[in-house]
Amino acid sequence: MGRYLAIRFGRAALTIVLVVTFAFVVLRLSGDPALMILGPEAPPEVLAAFRKAWGLDDPIWFQYLDYFRAIAKGELGRSMRDGRPAIELVLERIPATLALTLPAFFLKVALGVPAGIYAALHRGSAIDRAVMMTAVAGFTVPSFVLALILVLVFAVQLGWLPSGGQDSWRHAILPITTLSLGGAAVLARFTRSAMLEVLGQPYIRTASAKGVPWRKVVTSHALPNAAIPTVTILGFMVGTLIAGAVVVESVFAWPGVGRLLVVAVANRDLAVVQCILLLVAMTMVTSNLIVDFLYGFLDPRLRAKGAHA
Amino acid sequence: MTPLVNIAGLGVAFGGVPVLRGVDLALGKGEALGLVGESGSGKSVTWLAALGLLPRHAQVSGSVRLEGREILGAPATELDHVRGGRIAMIFQDPASALNPVLTIRRQLCEALALHRDLQGNAVKAEARRLLDLVGIPDAGRRLEAYPHEFSGGQVQRIMIAMALAGNPDLLIADEPTTALDATIQAQILDLLSTVRREFGMAMVLISHDLGVVAENCDRVAVMYAGRIVEEAPSNQLFADPAHPYAQGLIGALPPLDGPRRRLTAIPGTVPDPAKMPGGCAFAPRCALASEPCGHAAPSLAPIANDRRVACIRAEAFRRALLGIAAE
Repeated sequence: MGRYLAIRFGRAALTIVLVVTFAFVVLRLSGDPALMILGPEAPPEVLAAFRKAWGLDDPIWFQYLDYFRAIAKGELGRSMRDGRPAIELVLERIPATLALTLPAFFLKVALGVPAGIYAALHRGSAIDRAVMMTAVAGFTVPSFVLALILVLVFAVQLGWLPSGGQDSWRHAILPITTLSLGGAAVLARFTRSAMLEVLGQPYIRTASAKGVPWRKVVTSHALPNAAIPTVTILGFMVGTLIAGAVVVESVFAWPGVGRLLVVAVANRDLAVVQCILLLVAMTMVTSNLIVDFLYGFLDPRLRAKGAHA
Repeated sequence: MTPLVNIAGLGVAFGGVPVLRGVDLALGKGEALGLVGESGSGKSVTWLAALGLLPRHAQVSGSVRLEGREILGAPATELDHVRGGRIAMIFQDPASALNPVLTIRRQLCEALALHRDLQGNAVKAEARRLLDLVGIPDAGRRLEAYPHEFSGGQVQRIMIAMALAGNPDLLIADEPTTALDATIQAQILDLLSTVRREFGMAMVLISHDLGVVAENCDRVAVMYAGRIVEEAPSNQLFADPAHPYAQGLIGALPPLDGPRRRLTAIPGTVPDPAKMPGGCAFAPRCALASEPCGHAAPSLAPIANDRRVACIRAEAFRRALLGIAAE
């Protein structure tokens, strides 16, 4: 088991390093922060001074090593715009983002999982077809389109809800709805196919053949098995809690991590972008690790494998 | 005397394609009946339909009576009582027949809680006793194990223990040894006949292995293309099969003693259920077929005590049998 854990953690760490490296290189190749922040009209000596101050005139490999040396000391750099520590800027935005993504996550699960189960149990019925059509619509329509439709209907036409900003809980309704609908659709489809797969297994027939009432066959025989693939998708959704609302936050002018990312990328505010990506990579990797352990908890066959690995 | 189970005119169709075309079968208390025939002849479907275990889109017709009481289309609560409690069933592929994420104890105790008036520790004690009975060593500890920790033969033993949990009057064993090694097969069949004797259960042994059926059953019904074509006491069927299909099946068996002879194969294949020939379904493969065979499917007709055959030559068989008896 110790070896198994070591391998898992090793892989997780490698993933984070790769993401951070990729971000580091791409950001530095894709534009000059000095020009972005000071503007093209700035005198050349000012630009040069700016580059020197931020170490941008060093060779890229040197900057890269420097970056990791700083991380090892717990420093994630400062924003080039206002000089504040990048981590501070990011952390102060996280509550706003979680105020959208957490309720949306629970709504996705509360809507998607039961809809998928119901559709699977009533396969081919009118309700099944309706759920599946909604689900397909739900994940083919891009979230910015859905967001704009919701704004058009509920803010512009009906005037029930505000179209943007963060002044009251009413401002959160449309962004949360936008986020949950797409995710619920994905979950519904996934849960349905997982359930259908499980319901066709011989052990379901065995349970029925020994006289277990259908309701209990579903709850104690089918659901625990269907949970195994569904947990994969749930883990992925947990991974997007921090930065999964980039588009929605932009449309609804919601001051969360997503909007900070958009602004920071546009300005080539390197430290801030890298800090956000590091955080995103860490949440993704952590949720994947949690999923791996949940597999072991849900599926005794994997538990045995893990113990031997 | 009312038979334990009486199936009459049982028909099953999937999407309008009939796979079971009027099965009549009766089974007495404590009797061991073999059901043989090629894959797809409807052996398993007959009993899955009787117990309401077919998928919802299957169209089932006819009648299945358990001690005179109709169970086909019975309400779910009544069926749940029959399944496992009166009629238990074990299946072909033991590896996938048990729920992989639940312990053996959960699955065994579930059956006990449903059909036996047992509580608390008594349930677990009974589960242990059943595992012991079917020959799982170290039953107390093994109860907490998961299905993947057992071999195929052991899982089939656990399936038998689970089937016995409800003290059923009838055990349907659907190809119980097909997926197992030859040596394990014999052990499982031994176990089945032991528990049948001990529990006084009736048993239906579904198999395409005639040898297995001959050894373990009092009576045999031969199925072909969704119908029973011959029904007879085992010894009579094997000594003197009447239906050309039964003759073909037995002709394809190597004799254990006596001179070596060339084995005969039945030419052709089972007809596609969607393109069933009119008249006798076996006629296209039958060496004895004549023109009238294509007109109407013959129904099961008695040719002797306990013997029925569905063939237009049934009357000839009956006379032949009587002639032998008269001498």
